Amino acid sequence: MWRKSYLVGLLAVVLLSWLGWGQAGHEYVVPATTTLKAIAQETLGDAAYAPAVMRATNAKSLADPTYLKIRTLDMEIPEGAKLWIPERVWAEAFMAFWDPNRPEDLFGGGKLVVGSWWTAGGEAEGLNALFEIYDEYYPDVQIVNATIAGGAGFVFRAVIKPRLIAGDPPDTFQLHAGLEVEGYSPETYLTPLDELFEIMGWTEVLPKDLLDLLLYKGHFWGVPVNIHRANVLWYDKAIFDKYGITPPENWDEFFAICEKLKAEGVVPFVMGNAGGWEAAHLFETILISTMGAEGYKGLWTGETPWTSAGVTEALEILKKILDYVNPDYAALSWDGAGEYLIAHKGAMMIMGDWTNGWFMAKGYEDYGWAPVPDTGGIFDALSDTFCLPKRAPNPINALGWLMVCGSKEGQIAFNTRKGSIPARTDLTAAEKAQFNPYLRSCMDDFARDAIVPSVIHGAAAIESWVTDFKDAVNLFLATKDVAGTQRALVEAAEAALAAMKG
Amino acid sequence: MTVGRRIPWQRALLYIVLVGFAAFYLMPVYVLVVTSLKSFAEVNLYRMWDLPHSFSLESFKKALIGGFGYTGLAHNFVNSFYVAIPATLASAFLGSLNGYVLSKWRFRGSNTLFTLLLFGMFIPYQSILIPLVQTLMKIGLYGSIPGLILAHTVYGIPITTLIFRNYYATVPKELVEAARIDGAGVLGVYTRIMLPVSMPGFVVVMIWQFTSIWNDFLFAVTIAQNPAVQPVTVALNNLAGSYIVEWNVQMAGSLMAALPTLLVYIFLGRYFMRGLLAGSLKG
Amino acid sequence: MRRRRLKGERLVTLLLLLPSVIAVGVFVYGFIGWTGYVSMSNWNQLLPDYTFVGLKNFFKLFAHPRFQIDLRNLAVFTALFLTGSLAIGFLLAVLLDRKVRGEGFFRTIYLYPMSLSFIVTGVVWRWLMNPGSPQMGSTGINLLLEKIGLGFLKSGWYTDPRVGIKAVAVAAIWQMSGYVMAMYLAGLRGIPEELREAARVDGASEWQVYRYVILPLLRPITLGAVIILGHISLKIYDLIVAMTGPGIGFSCDVPAYFMWETTFHANRFAQGAAIAIILLLMVSLLIVPYLIFSVRREAEV
Repeated sequence: MWRKSYLVGLLAVVLLSWLGWGQAGHEYVVPATTTLKAIAQETLGDAAYAPAVMRATNAKSLADPTYLKIRTLDMEIPEGAKLWIPERVWAEAFMAFWDPNRPEDLFGGGKLVVGSWWTAGGEAEGLNALFEIYDEYYPDVQIVNATIAGGAGFVFRAVIKPRLIAGDPPDTFQLHAGLEVEGYSPETYLTPLDELFEIMGWTEVLPKDLLDLLLYKGHFWGVPVNIHRANVLWYDKAIFDKYGITPPENWDEFFAICEKLKAEGVVPFVMGNAGGWEAAHLFETILISTMGAEGYKGLWTGETPWTSAGVTEALEILKKILDYVNPDYAALSWDGAGEYLIAHKGAMMIMGDWTNGWFMAKGYEDYGWAPVPDTGGIFDALSDTFCLPKRAPNPINALGWLMVCGSKEGQIAFNTRKGSIPARTDLTAAEKAQFNPYLRSCMDDFARDAIVPSVIHGAAAIESWVTDFKDAVNLFLATKDVAGTQRALVEAAEAALAAMKG
Repeated sequence: MTVGRRIPWQRALLYIVLVGFAAFYLMPVYVLVVTSLKSFAEVNLYRMWDLPHSFSLESFKKALIGGFGYTGLAHNFVNSFYVAIPATLASAFLGSLNGYVLSKWRFRGSNTLFTLLLFGMFIPYQSILIPLVQTLMKIGLYGSIPGLILAHTVYGIPITTLIFRNYYATVPKELVEAARIDGAGVLGVYTRIMLPVSMPGFVVVMIWQFTSIWNDFLFAVTIAQNPAVQPVTVALNNLAGSYIVEWNVQMAGSLMAALPTLLVYIFLGRYFMRGLLAGSLKG
Repeated sequence: MRRRRLKGERLVTLLLLLPSVIAVGVFVYGFIGWTGYVSMSNWNQLLPDYTFVGLKNFFKLFAHPRFQIDLRNLAVFTALFLTGSLAIGFLLAVLLDRKVRGEGFFRTIYLYPMSLSFIVTGVVWRWLMNPGSPQMGSTGINLLLEKIGLGFLKSGWYTDPRVGIKAVAVAAIWQMSGYVMAMYLAGLRGIPEELREAARVDGASEWQVYRYVILPLLRPITLGAVIILGHISLKIYDLIVAMTGPGIGFSCDVPAYFMWETTFHANRFAQGAAIAIILLLMVSLLIVPYLIFSVRREAEV
């Protein structure tokens, strides 16, 4: 059913593009010989926008030779020449980010190298949708999809960092919103995007909590395309109906369900930790349930001590869950564990809402969802963004990409395919209808729940802390040593907070 | 050898053991082949030993040409050849020269030099990724196939030198002396005496180098950034995807990616043996 | 005879060696030096920080629980991998040496795994050693064992923290034992038949012939195999990535994997470099004496 509305949306996009709205600008035939500055003054209201006009026209001329090729800024523009005047917003953004020492940026064409780890399934489709939209606006640019597989960027990060250090980054790459950006030493390697946010008006349509996440050392470094929710409990409706179970609201109910199902020979709770991060993801949601939204947030800012009773309780809960979990979890990634639900052999699973996209791809519809026990009203958020490296070879092309990513059109196209919700909150009811039921309920929750940053997915803590946190949890799975693990978590926090101050 | 005293049950046992081991070695290939011949709906972890209901080449096609959201491996195969063949030839050639000099033209410190060269084969490559990238950038070869070729050639020098040096050590000194008396210089001896008998050495070296370069993942993923120039190992890893894995496509891709080196071993395996017999790898 | 080497010849030999010497000098020793320096610096974020801190990173590493587990895993893996490959390789070589029909066929089958990438091996063996579960059913080797009635041999393989890296060792042995077999077979073929006959004539049993005549003669091959396998073992990384990841409680983790994670995920470049140096030192302990010994021994010949 949601596929139909997706088709309608696609049609709308195509129609709008054909109407020329996609081209973000308009044609202009010069009435009398003049200069670029005069044209800019006349059409955009400011002579300083001349370079923007030059760039837009040159780019257009690569696809359509009837447009004038402008060779220099001071060139005389003859009567009858056809120019392309970009939208004012685009011109503003161009002027804010164009480096006058780079005259090559005034000529259009070139490449757009996009780095990411989205290589298959809904993610790749989403990325391709963005590429298609970009291609309509900027047909002169050759898009290079420099994606590298490996869950959560495992391989990608090792490849992008030497490139940043060596001064040869791609034009843009995928980055989680939040403190993950610290790991890229952004003041040195990335371009701040504050002006872009202002010009495009994103500070108005992005939720405040997300904007807080995106802010690091006083600047915005990435443009968010989506929001995922991490604290979701998925369950198999068939099993729940068969045994007359309703989704648990707290941990006592949860364990009661587990006991009941275990006696019946069903795996009560499934997990897959082959990726090394899934167990830590689970633990993060348990922490939220025992510490509450404010307590949890405080753990990552140093306000809440890791010696709190809530942390101990969370570890005890995780330990108890291990009694009910599928024995082969070390061999399975999260989607391998999901197979248990599809086969109706396993009842519950806690995982982010990309699970939703995966269920759809597998044709599994008999599932229900609820917030992780005791986290009702709390939204554990993570967001994928794209950034602009300082030494990007084609910065203006990258700028165009960022604008597409932040646009409503781009976000709808991307998220309907990926299975996440747009970062923007200004969708109309008709636009929201293009998303499936889970995603619609997710958008509602996002608007009213308390938002907390996910740690495993790069929002709440710097990368070294995330690694230490993950390692502590992974060790706990084997040792089940609550006191020792809590100590390790305390030490990790101390090391990280000290590093963050420095 | 116990000719004439062959006890039948001992012979039978011998064959049983050999066949048993053969089954052990072939077991994974069976899984690879059987899985890649299944369609996506049929692929199932819990029925992995079952033969496919209907043979489907769809996964091979997808692996080669691409599917929704990914491009196929076809051009990556070509890239792998572009990297492996020149790098193999270059490192083999350099190794041959080095091995020759170090075995036949000893000078003071040549043994130390050899030891120092050899040691380079043992370093963990992860640890030099960053300086490697920076150096390649400085000479303008980063992100390109020639850069990858350079890296593989340089890091192949130690092992190729070792193999050739040990191999050339078996060439009698007298032949070299005889050629020198005839007036041959360093290069003369090489072309006249060494090269003609080098074939087994080259075969072993090239098989070894081709295999390790073809199968390399670390350098490939670090140096060859642009998907257009990525070798097949990186592309294969991409086939795995972040979350949604099409196992049959991945297995088909693995099978195809392994094919060149597999064929080399199947058809040239006996030359490899002969090369070993000629003393290439005697410690 | 050597002393009559002409100056011109000397120059040519040096020139021939020069490209390799420069290449290795930069790409190996230069980079090792750089790594060594970084390992003693404070570079723990993306932006390089070269302040000298001495051996602090090394002390921290040895006190790190994950690294301690890694070292233990590496020791277990190396021991299993080496003994397993040597034993199986030798056994197969001995068997194949006995005028077996279809020797070429068997040899090819034993040798081919060596042609595969560790990534491919890891992916397949991950499937093979996935134990499955009581609810969903067994899979992989466990499933096979069930089918042939040996179900009691089932194991958790790499999902069982007590087994962990030993499962990975099995996959590695599968891959490399054929190579050892090829080496031993070549060596066995190189032993003249007269030596064996002589020993037999002297009244030695088959077993004693092997123990006192053949094995000693094969010692150089064993040594060579230990060196090759040893250094592969210390650097093992691709196989872990593709097959198991770090495993429960880091039961499958190895230093090379930890190095990757700590450098590119936790941005602790200095710590990563320290691990690299430790690996290098371990390798050196193994390799350098052998190198010096074998090169010196040849000089005596």
